[in-house]
Amino acid sequence: MDFISILSIFVLACFVGYYVVWSVTPALHTPLMAVTNAISSVIIVGALIAAAEAGSEVAKWLGLLGVVLASVNIFGGFAVTERMLAMYKKKEKK
Amino acid sequence: MQGTTSHLRRPGPRAGVLLKFGARLARKHQPRITFGATGAILAGLSATPAHAATGEAVNPWVALAYLVAGIFFILALRGLSSPSTSRTGNRFGMAGMLIAVVTTLVTHDIANIVEIGIAIAIGGLIGFLIARRIAMTAMPELVAAFHSLVGLAAVLVGWAAYLNPAAFGLVASTFNFTAEMRDGSTIAGGYGIISPVSKIEMGLGIAIGAITFSGSVIAFLKLSGKMSGSPILLPFRHVINLVTLAAIIVLTALFAMANGPAETLPLIVAMTVLAFAIGFLLIIPIGGADMPVVVSMLNSYSGWAAAAMGFTLGNTAMIITGALVGSSGAILSYIMCRAMNRSFLSVIAGGFGADASSGGSTEGGEQRPYKQGSAADAAFMLEQAEKVIIIPGYGMAVAQAQHALREMADLLEEKGVEVKYAIHPVAGRMPGHMNVLLAEAQVPYENVFELEDINSEFAQADVAFIIGANDVVNPAAKTDKSSPIYGMPVFDVDKAKQVFFIKRSMGGVGYAGVDNDVFYMDQTMMLLSDAKKMVEEIVKALD
Repeated sequence: MDFISILSIFVLACFVGYYVVWSVTPALHTPLMAVTNAISSVIIVGALIAAAEAGSEVAKWLGLLGVVLASVNIFGGFAVTERMLAMYKKKEKK
Repeated sequence: MQGTTSHLRRPGPRAGVLLKFGARLARKHQPRITFGATGAILAGLSATPAHAATGEAVNPWVALAYLVAGIFFILALRGLSSPSTSRTGNRFGMAGMLIAVVTTLVTHDIANIVEIGIAIAIGGLIGFLIARRIAMTAMPELVAAFHSLVGLAAVLVGWAAYLNPAAFGLVASTFNFTAEMRDGSTIAGGYGIISPVSKIEMGLGIAIGAITFSGSVIAFLKLSGKMSGSPILLPFRHVINLVTLAAIIVLTALFAMANGPAETLPLIVAMTVLAFAIGFLLIIPIGGADMPVVVSMLNSYSGWAAAAMGFTLGNTAMIITGALVGSSGAILSYIMCRAMNRSFLSVIAGGFGADASSGGSTEGGEQRPYKQGSAADAAFMLEQAEKVIIIPGYGMAVAQAQHALREMADLLEEKGVEVKYAIHPVAGRMPGHMNVLLAEAQVPYENVFELEDINSEFAQADVAFIIGANDVVNPAAKTDKSSPIYGMPVFDVDKAKQVFFIKRSMGGVGYAGVDNDVFYMDQTMMLLSDAKKMVEEIVKALD
């Protein structure tokens, strides 16, 4: 992919993000932050590449540390979102 | 992944023209053209991160997998449009992450899968345990802490990419200029050259990541009370910040233009250090109650950092996610600022609260009369009411009063009283903070309303029950042009027949440091106590 294709994806994704986020109900803004935090840890992809490839010992360790940090976020972020969302209940019909 | 010019042999007249379209195009359509010496250098310079992605983009399935991961992340956010679809959304998020990680692992020769497995296990276990144990009231500081991790991870990935560009396919060219010309086909040794575009993206990723990290650490310390929430104002802080910011930009530009480790290393080190510093400087002057904006802003930054890294790696999943998270945080910051009628810049400039309290509150300091009541009085009047609107604020979170509050509401509902909850967008320390706490206390979400949806109902309400909120019910926001909170949308509690105001003491004023006329209204009864204790006493009196 060349720079312009990447840029196109980015710009379009910004628009998608804009409309999707406005449709999020304000009651779920805290879970929204938790889940965006979890998915932004997709940066783990970069950390995995750094950790996996030979070439630089320092880069490998930075990568491994990055993998640990991103994993904390991924597991923590999704788990805490799940926990929060499980609490939102409809009124019990009696 | 290797040098663009590696298989170019003969000089060709169209090389210069083709250069405009980038080296990759040239290679595709005119594989037999050699650039001159300058051409070779230019080809290296004009190379886009496309080369970067060669290793991955060659296989369309891989690119497709990352795209699917990106789409799943969009669906994850889409699910949050309603509580009933939100959990499915979260599952989509998890699936997207799984796809992205597995794709990366499968498509790279993993020499040390054991180490990586251990790293994921350690991180995963820590994250999982924290998520299980954290109290819902501590959610703002947890989110801030998580943001700092994303920021730091971005810095680490950026640095790893800088140190080992070949692994990321970032080596635009590995040739030695003179040797390249003479023998044409082979690539001599020397260092890998990262294209300037890649370096700018890398530099941005590192800088934004570093700002996110140090800013989030400060936000975490302030939110968790490990550091005073009051603004810390350095002299000339705006000048310092602007100079630091300018220095970061200049260093990034120099970094992009420099070649070879000897030139680039000091630049990137200095840039990283300054970026850490400015994150710290930007957040320390911002007061505790402005933290919802700060947390949203840092949320946004963590997204932009991921997006910048996505550009560097040419990874669709990272770019889509970065754009989503970036816009999400930006929109939340905007919503918070609008709810306080303050501009984003004025929040970021900081100092709110510190300036206001010194800047003379309204009507001087004379003691005005107010009515104080007991739990029994409140319980008696609540029982008589037909409609009660509860307005929770940060004080409720501090006192952990949400469960007791729900018990009280249950008892009232059993007695036929209609109970609704009204939530201001900036109540609490992060967007949606109050909603989560009420959800934790199992308040059905249909009973919880936003400011604009419920504000007209106060006129029909018998009781407005304010617990731990203050500025969001202050009528000065509507009437007093000199008030620091003027223009902020507030609840019209003065229209309710009766107002109960739970507050620890009469001494403290709200965050904005302004007196609140609601305290002194005829229909107001002040319930001076700890929020949880007071509500528990009311519950006892109702039984």
